[in-house]
Amino acid sequence: MHETDMTKALILTVKDWYHSQPEKAKIEKIHLIVGQFTCVEPVSLQFAFEVQTRNTFLEGVELAIQDIPLIAFCHSCQQEYKPEIGLQYSCPDCKSPMEDIRSGRELKIDRLEYSLTNNCSTEGQFATNDN
Amino acid sequence: MHQTFDAAIELNLLHANQEGADYNREHFNEWGITCLNIMSSPGAGKTVLLEQTLAALKDKLNIAVIEGDMTTELDADRLRKYNVPVIPINTGRSCHLDSKMVAGGIHTLAHQYNPSDFDLVLVENVGNLVCPAEFEVGEHAKVALLSVTEGEDKPLKYPVMFQEADCLLITKIDLAPYLDIDLDRITANVRQINPKVKIISVSAKTSEGLKQWFAWISDRVIENSTKQIATQV
Repeated sequence: MHETDMTKALILTVKDWYHSQPEKAKIEKIHLIVGQFTCVEPVSLQFAFEVQTRNTFLEGVELAIQDIPLIAFCHSCQQEYKPEIGLQYSCPDCKSPMEDIRSGRELKIDRLEYSLTNNCSTEGQFATNDN
Repeated sequence: MHQTFDAAIELNLLHANQEGADYNREHFNEWGITCLNIMSSPGAGKTVLLEQTLAALKDKLNIAVIEGDMTTELDADRLRKYNVPVIPINTGRSCHLDSKMVAGGIHTLAHQYNPSDFDLVLVENVGNLVCPAEFEVGEHAKVALLSVTEGEDKPLKYPVMFQEADCLLITKIDLAPYLDIDLDRITANVRQINPKVKIISVSAKTSEGLKQWFAWISDRVIENSTKQIATQV
């Protein structure tokens, strides 16, 4: 399952970002953009993410996957069309092959939503109380 | 009080793999090597095609094989009979090769041989029509195999592989008369997705079409080395 490898890459990228922050951030949501004309299955990606983030700083973080449809542009007809994946990719009007893909090949980490947990002093206080 | 912030990342999920692939390609270019990534479903005939290719071209080109589709050492042993370096890659249970695994193969090649002596590296990918297409390994061209027994609809069902291919070999063509298969439909289905791909029908058993395949390889090596020399000057 290649979604496992992609999830590893995703986690590493987010980890880099996390460690580069001057203040401690709590990541709440990761936004991904996944085109329909890729080999990635969003459900498998969600599953792999859930499993691989267990007991890590990303546990419980929501993964929001935006599905991007396959859209091609036909140069003969000068118009965009939506190929039917698995059935027909050429232009429905003139049957020209699918040459110019306008969207659907995306595999991108778009953005992160996070909050700042400014609680270093509070943690210290609790430690003193425990003693 | 709960305030959320947004951080734009805008990075491709395969960014790290892509960087690794570019790095591998730089090495190939430095050494004057052309690299072909050979992909297909399991059993389409990658290994036998490699055997035929090595037998025909090993005296004309210096070839090395990076063997990723290994269940046993048997495949590698079949290819070693042609006296070319065959570097096995331990893919574990991975469903595709990635640029890091191939970098390991390149490392071995560079340590055991003089890499500048080679003209061509053939990478045999893991048998799978889905993910190898998304993971570039540093190749100069992608070759996909589709055997006639797999059916005409495969290019429509696994479009990314066929869309990415520079050359498509329709293999086991000698079996076509025994099957209800429409070769024109295969070609038409591939052309819908990839009008520019070079399509060659071959049979490793009867040798039909193999000369065309060898010529395609030689053309890639010549074309690529011209480019490599041009960028070095």
